[in-house]
Amino acid sequence: MPFIPHTEKDTREMLAAIGADSIEELFDEIPAELRIDHLRGVPEAHNEMEVSRLMRERAAMDGTPMCFIGAGAYEHHIPTAVWDIATRGEFYSAYTPYQAEASQGTLQTIYEYQTMITELTGLDVSNASLYDGASALAEAALMAVRTNRRVKTGLVLLAPGVNPVYEQVAVAIAGAQGLTFERLPVDAATGNVSFDKLEAGRNPVAVVTQQPSFPGTLEDVDRLSDWAHGEGALVIAIANPTSLALLKAPGHWGEKGADIAIGEGQPLGVPLSSGGPYFGYMTCKQQHVRQMPGRIVGRTTDLDGNPGFALTLQAREQHIRRTKATSNICTNQGLMVTAATIYMSLLGFQGLATVARRSHANTTRLVDGLCTIDGISRLYDGPYFHEAALKLDRAVAPLLTALAEQNFLGGFDLTDFADTDALLVCATETKTDADIDAYIAAFAAAMG
Amino acid sequence: MSELPGDLLYTKDHEWLRREDDGTVTIGITDHAATALGDLVYVELPEVEQDVEAQGEMAVVESVKAASDVYAPIAGTVAAVNDVLADDPEKINAEPYGDGWIVRLMPSEDIDESELMSPDAYQQLLDELDD
Repeated sequence: MPFIPHTEKDTREMLAAIGADSIEELFDEIPAELRIDHLRGVPEAHNEMEVSRLMRERAAMDGTPMCFIGAGAYEHHIPTAVWDIATRGEFYSAYTPYQAEASQGTLQTIYEYQTMITELTGLDVSNASLYDGASALAEAALMAVRTNRRVKTGLVLLAPGVNPVYEQVAVAIAGAQGLTFERLPVDAATGNVSFDKLEAGRNPVAVVTQQPSFPGTLEDVDRLSDWAHGEGALVIAIANPTSLALLKAPGHWGEKGADIAIGEGQPLGVPLSSGGPYFGYMTCKQQHVRQMPGRIVGRTTDLDGNPGFALTLQAREQHIRRTKATSNICTNQGLMVTAATIYMSLLGFQGLATVARRSHANTTRLVDGLCTIDGISRLYDGPYFHEAALKLDRAVAPLLTALAEQNFLGGFDLTDFADTDALLVCATETKTDADIDAYIAAFAAAMG
Repeated sequence: MSELPGDLLYTKDHEWLRREDDGTVTIGITDHAATALGDLVYVELPEVEQDVEAQGEMAVVESVKAASDVYAPIAGTVAAVNDVLADDPEKINAEPYGDGWIVRLMPSEDIDESELMSPDAYQQLLDELDD
């Protein structure tokens, strides 16, 4: 549907109808001292030719390095059809349609997406997506507080393997709303929760577990979920969607299953693009749906009995509940979700499992090869999925610089997170055996 | 519009109150409010033993296109909630003054009836809204 701007005549007529002299007059109630009437630091406008050239030059500075970094965003092969279809005019609007039911195709796409994500996570209902995985954690924590009303502590316990960036974002969004975030004790050998050191009776409103963990380990999610439920907490799962083709779905963790599952949807057909746009997914048990933020598409029948799609449970949302909405900062990432839906449709469950298995096999080859080099060993015991932490006998940053000169993005510097010289590496299905062997050789050379 | 029960007190927020023999006060929303909201699909109830302030939010009633807070007309402690509404919120549309009650409060202070409306006064308010 076209977006037609107002002509000057339209604007004049609208102003006349409401009795205002100018558009500026509509903003009169904003005090003058709160207005910014200049944009400091914003350069002069460039024309299209200049901007195109600038962007081409900047893009070329990235080069074409081979990427072995994961740490929350993953390079996967995206079938050409995904973005060829997603950028068709019918889909190519990145926003929720406001005349929603007029856009049956868009709603059906979101409905199919919701169906696929609920199947992947083993939970009952999905929303139409959120900004990204990190803000989804903040939304999930706030949702847990609304749902688990008996618990008044506002205490959210995070497993040691929760992505530290997710924690920062959750604190930024929810920290001023009475929530506190604390880490559960870590077992230094495994990188996972230390069950021996868990402290009972703290009345957490929610316990958050990330699987696979940020440093790539696999947590005993069944045991941790059962412990959390025993403490009266809701269980929030953060899961990589690719991994769910192989690992146990959050809805089946422990005896009761996770209550809410969230995560970064980027691995499902969205390119790395220097950090975004991505999308966050969120699913939950049916009983919690009233407190879930964001849009939900439902299937219904029209007056003639024909199937159709409609936004449902809208009374939770900000356009109706205003300040009391389940969220006032969320939106769905329509275009990213469209790409993800096409990606999942093209791969199917078996295809996604093949991607997951191939990524695991490649990372295994990478880790085994790197660990033959003197001074490199596994940081943690235990299995991993498609990412693993390595302990090094020297500072990581100079090694990454040396590898970059050989055109390798060598991994994520885990030194701050692990409090020791450590590197997080990942090899998805996009890497060949020759790629991996070349990287190992370059690493060995850099280690001297 | 059906006739207003004569044994209830009313508020300008379209709630009704019934003083029970045991000292508690049963509260619901009026037929006018229920009709204006449309078919209700969800009711969020407070927890029993929760304290509520006068004019504080006590419950939320939600229809397909709107959600509305139910305010406590008096201060008190929640003595009971109508759990039936969890599965059958349309009970409020069907029997707003009967089985569609929402909350029963134990007042924390004497009820000042001058703050509330008689059936006649509330009827007058409705008549004015119609004009």
